[in-house]
Amino acid sequence: MIESGWSIVLSCPSLVYFIDTKMDDLIMMLESNKESLKLEAMKRIVGLIAKGKNAYELFPAVVKNVASKNIELKKLVYVYLVRYAEEQQDLALLSISTFQRALKDPNQLIRASALRVLSSIRVPIIVPIMMLAIKEAATDLSPYVRKTAAHAIQKLYSLDPDQKEHLIEVIEKLLKDKSTLVAGSVVMAFEEVCPDRIDLIHKNYRKLCNLLVDVEEWGQVVIIHMLTRYARTQFVSPWREDAVFDENSEKTFYDSEGRRVDQSKPYIMDPDHRLLLRNTKPLLQSRNTAVVMAVSQLYWHLAPKHELSIITKSLVRLLRSHREVQYIVLQNIATMSIQRKGMFEPFMKSFYVRSTDATHIKTLKLEILTNLANEANISTILRELQTYVKSQDKAFAAATIQAIGRCATNISEVTDTCLNGLVLLLSNRDETVVAESVVVIKKLLQTQPSQHSDIIKHMAKLFDSITVPMARASILWLMGEYCEHVPKNAPDVLRKMAKTFISEEDIVKLQTVNLAAKLYLSNSKQTKLLTQYILNLGKYDQNYDIRDRTRFIRQLIVPNEKSGALSRYARRILMAPKPAPVLQSAFKDRDRFQLGTLSHTLNSQSNGYLELSDWPAVAPDQSVRIVEVVELAGAPLLGKSKPGKSAEKFYSDSEEEEEEEGSSSEDSSSSSKSESESESEENSDDSNKSSSSESDSEKKKKTLKNKKLQQQKPDSKDRYCHDLALFLSQSHLFFLNKFLVVFKFNLRCIANVHYSKKKALLLFIMTKFFSIHIVLAFSNQFVANCRCSLLCLCVFLACQFDAVSWHVRVSLQASFPVFVPETSHELLHRMTGKGLSAQYRFTRQPCIYGNSMVSLQLTLSNSSDQALENIHISEKSSTGQNIHRFNAIERLEPQASVTVSMGVDFNDSTQAANFQLCVSIQPAVGELLLPITMTEADFTKEQGKLLGMNESSATITMTPENISSQSVNRKVVSVANLGVIPSSQENIHSVPRRCLNLTKPTFWNVIKKTNCS
Amino acid sequence: MIHSLFLINNAGDLFLEKHWKSVISRSVCDYFFEAREKAVEPDNVPPVIRTPHHYLINIYREKIFFVSVIQTEVPPLFVIEFLHRVAETFQDYFGECSETTIKDNVVIVYELLEEMLDNGFPLATESNILKELIRPPTILRSMVNTITGSSNVGETLPTGQLSNIPWRRAGVKYTNNEAYFDVVEEIDAILDKSGTTVFAEIQGVIDACVKLSGMPDLTLSFMNPRLLDDVSFHPCVRYKRWESERVISFIPPDGNFQLMSYHISAQNLVAIPIYVKQNISFFETGSSGRLDIAVGPKQTMGKTVECLVVTVHMPKVVLSANLSATQGTYNYDPVTKILLWDIGKLNPQKLPNLKGSLSLQSGAPKPEENPSLNIDLKIQQLAISGLKVNRLDMYGEKYKPFKGVKYVTKAGKFQVRT
Repeated sequence: MIESGWSIVLSCPSLVYFIDTKMDDLIMMLESNKESLKLEAMKRIVGLIAKGKNAYELFPAVVKNVASKNIELKKLVYVYLVRYAEEQQDLALLSISTFQRALKDPNQLIRASALRVLSSIRVPIIVPIMMLAIKEAATDLSPYVRKTAAHAIQKLYSLDPDQKEHLIEVIEKLLKDKSTLVAGSVVMAFEEVCPDRIDLIHKNYRKLCNLLVDVEEWGQVVIIHMLTRYARTQFVSPWREDAVFDENSEKTFYDSEGRRVDQSKPYIMDPDHRLLLRNTKPLLQSRNTAVVMAVSQLYWHLAPKHELSIITKSLVRLLRSHREVQYIVLQNIATMSIQRKGMFEPFMKSFYVRSTDATHIKTLKLEILTNLANEANISTILRELQTYVKSQDKAFAAATIQAIGRCATNISEVTDTCLNGLVLLLSNRDETVVAESVVVIKKLLQTQPSQHSDIIKHMAKLFDSITVPMARASILWLMGEYCEHVPKNAPDVLRKMAKTFISEEDIVKLQTVNLAAKLYLSNSKQTKLLTQYILNLGKYDQNYDIRDRTRFIRQLIVPNEKSGALSRYARRILMAPKPAPVLQSAFKDRDRFQLGTLSHTLNSQSNGYLELSDWPAVAPDQSVRIVEVVELAGAPLLGKSKPGKSAEKFYSDSEEEEEEEGSSSEDSSSSSKSESESESEENSDDSNKSSSSESDSEKKKKTLKNKKLQQQKPDSKDRYCHDLALFLSQSHLFFLNKFLVVFKFNLRCIANVHYSKKKALLLFIMTKFFSIHIVLAFSNQFVANCRCSLLCLCVFLACQFDAVSWHVRVSLQASFPVFVPETSHELLHRMTGKGLSAQYRFTRQPCIYGNSMVSLQLTLSNSSDQALENIHISEKSSTGQNIHRFNAIERLEPQASVTVSMGVDFNDSTQAANFQLCVSIQPAVGELLLPITMTEADFTKEQGKLLGMNESSATITMTPENISSQSVNRKVVSVANLGVIPSSQENIHSVPRRCLNLTKPTFWNVIKKTNCS
Repeated sequence: MIHSLFLINNAGDLFLEKHWKSVISRSVCDYFFEAREKAVEPDNVPPVIRTPHHYLINIYREKIFFVSVIQTEVPPLFVIEFLHRVAETFQDYFGECSETTIKDNVVIVYELLEEMLDNGFPLATESNILKELIRPPTILRSMVNTITGSSNVGETLPTGQLSNIPWRRAGVKYTNNEAYFDVVEEIDAILDKSGTTVFAEIQGVIDACVKLSGMPDLTLSFMNPRLLDDVSFHPCVRYKRWESERVISFIPPDGNFQLMSYHISAQNLVAIPIYVKQNISFFETGSSGRLDIAVGPKQTMGKTVECLVVTVHMPKVVLSANLSATQGTYNYDPVTKILLWDIGKLNPQKLPNLKGSLSLQSGAPKPEENPSLNIDLKIQQLAISGLKVNRLDMYGEKYKPFKGVKYVTKAGKFQVRT
């Protein structure tokens, strides 16, 4: 049964997935021992899920496979779990422990996918577990896992909003992350969980701006939208105060701009505001349309008006993209073009309609063309519109007529031309076109009715042939409104209407009643009876609107004793001159929504829409965005202290530093002290100690005084330096000035400090506070007499600066290494390495494998007595650092050594690079043996069992001087790990003799055999 | 963000669903079906549809509707762009993106969708990374897999995911190192009845096929970069270099990709390679019409126009066409009302001509508007804008790659109004 199903799968997979498979079969397959059968079953189940078929009774059978070794099977089980866990919560709990284990897996992909599934299964009971997992993953070494953690935040939040506070903490931590991979996802989480906590962004604002270009494209969209909102709350308006004036007359705005700057008080843009605009600009060239749109809306909402024009080209470019993209972009352009015609006018032709466009694209293009119309280009646009009217797409033709109407009202020069054109359309064969024309003409006529009585007459004639209710109603309204201009036709039309009243649409009926009332007032002689007839019909109409209207009109126009003062004014009420309707764009008020959003597209507020606030009148404090010096982009490099950080940030910051610090000290010490692996454990203890002493030093902070420091004894200097370093790393910049003195002292004492670890630490601290020049100058002093670890730290520090300040890079690149240390460091001791020893050296040459790599020279030597084979670095690198491995060394002969170079990208951090050196050692055969003791009798007995196939022999010729049993024994023992069987006198003779002749190999075999057994 | 995805074919069958958050019943698609019905043509379906509790954002591609369900505010272009990326990935993996291929590879489709989105937010969309995570199916591999039970799923995180050049995988090796660039330009134009140009512009793309070992750093420069007015680049291109030096400097992805797209500035006059003389008329009586189309070369820069095709969307009342072509073949489909005239190579000596009569539905009024003609053509070895690649340099690797540049001009949205 299963087998037959199997063969079908091979030949035609599509058939099998969609046949309604028997669940029992699937369960059987899942419970079988064969991996391939299980996989096949899972594939079919996924097929069922994809089809939307129910497969949830398989849950118990599927969940068993969650711990499978086969990665594909595992992934499919994950897919299944995520789909059904919500419905089978109890059973789903069985799988949790597997994920928890996987969260600790050395493979980052497995950690990440475990977190993904764990956070996706939406079982409320495991919220605490999820919370814990997220917290842990947020500090994972792999940025990919941290990214997954950011995604998990949103999932947990939607599952249990009560966790908000804790989640915000995690978000805060992740926002500080420097990895571009994480940035987009964490901002997404921020937007979802706590979009109002704008204070979390302050510190990261500049970092986000600077990272933006390198963030993956989807993250860019989210970040740009968030930064738009942020900027609107933090900066003052770059638009002039008289914004109303701007909007209405672009031209004057442009012309007078130069002058006006001088007049009004100068506006100076916040450098951070400028930074955002500058850093988003290149993204207009992105291939991702969403990114381009996001930048465009950012410019629209944030940029000074005169800089807006740069987004035009990019938006027009997007019109080349897919239909759906066009739709959204055109909508946004429509909104923009109402406010700022000038932006898109040069690209007017890009909005010309093609017959192959979809209807909604056509109408949007039309909308934009109408918005762009002005005196100068109206003739071109009208000519274009004329071709559209003839379009086979009638809905579009109707829209065109409306557009013509709008042009006509907006630009008075062409009103007459348009009107004439529209009248011509009245004889069109297509009804919708005629109807639309009537409606538009009606609106146009309202502006100047007296001159156009012939048009009204013409329309009265058309009345019979027009069946579209809206058009009929419009004609009726026109007749009533201007009945004085067409005194003969109007009563006639009313007469016709009286005949057909019952069968008309409601809207026509209402207008008939209107017409009747107006005629009654102006021409009661002819129409009195007709009016009464129509009012009677209306009185018994099915539609209550019409009944109401009829009743009202009757009271109003027919005077009787009951009607009060109102009827005296009936004529003035009904025949009052009415203002002409304003034909305006449907996009007129769309700008209340942020461009590029769903709400803007739908023109109504959608769930979760975040309002864009108005510019603040006064900019909030700018200094909140200032971060530590190291991260300041393009900041002046002065040896002075920077404005202080805010107090609440302070602790969390120091935590981060502590981390870096811990790793740097660990790194430097492990490299400098020539410690073997076992000793490095001690190291980590050490760093633990340092972090525990942290709290102490914190307490001591205030009491630590300069004087006291200087009194330290020379041998306690190390300790003191350490403390100082820790203290400083936490201390507020405010204290810094006071410590400048201390530092001068320090510079002297650093030279005396013995442990490079401490030196490194101090240096590290200094870079945090001092300008690079001082540090570099100072580190040059070290170059001559310090250990390599310190030097490499210097390089790292330089690199750190490199990231933020380009001039430093220039100066750094220009110079050759001042000093290349010859000393190399033990990586692997020959004892721990089982004969393989490795030493490394930083060559300080630019790395050939990549710009960001540090080149490293590795000397491998084989101090054992066997050849080592296939030495290479294992593929697995847990830290996510990019390591350029050296090519595998095929064979390293005993006592030989080889030098290879490799590159390590430390990601500008001082985090230690971890890699595994894999060596395969092929042992000599003799080493596989173990000596045993046995009597000769046993020996011969055992040997007797092993004759025949087990016997193999070879002859060795020996020089006479080696014939002595002693020397033979020695030789044999030196090659192989053997024991000599002592007792029997024959044996002593026989062994060498047999060695000489044929029997020695037998001897070998016997031992080998016993060895195995 | 994206909550669920439904794939619906042209006939309205929902053949695949995928949820990234809690399951949303497929009945939500009823709103889509309603809109679909109202739109008549699949192209006219509005991309964003509002329902009481959700928003449906859909794209229509290769006769499939990709309908995504959204619950909260999200930039609609974000979703649209992503859905197109999904369709492109399918195309990349299965050769074409059709209902059949998706159904045949439903497991891979599911695995892909799982990798591409996490909780509705894009996770990995770069094809190089996806291909390392989930290997594209080949006949050989699926055979081997069924026998050995090995899988299509990668076990480690692709290195690209973590590096700052996620588009390139590490350790690429080729025996023949080659880099080809196709400069493809499309002319978008609208010509009016008399043959004068209403609107014309040139849009170009440079498609690349780069198969180079290691980490090559390429620099492409043009003879006349000033021609390029508006450009958009693959993320690999260093924008700063373009800004300052007008050269395109990049570490290429492995394989096929679109390096850049550009727009030729409107100031330059666009050369229109062909002229079209047409005369289509419908008679008031007798329910018939005449059609006469002739095509000839105009500004072809001495090159031959190939693959010339004229498409006419006839009015609904045209029942059949009785025509004769001096060159090529014509075909009139009475269902879709599309007249297709495949001319092939344009011979300047003997100009192709299509003429004959059209028969209309009797009794129906004659159509007021003449149908417009859509032209398709191709000119090899010519970039109509005059853009020329100057040189391609490679840094970072030692070998000598084989380099090639090809120019093609095509008609984009080339329309002649009649």
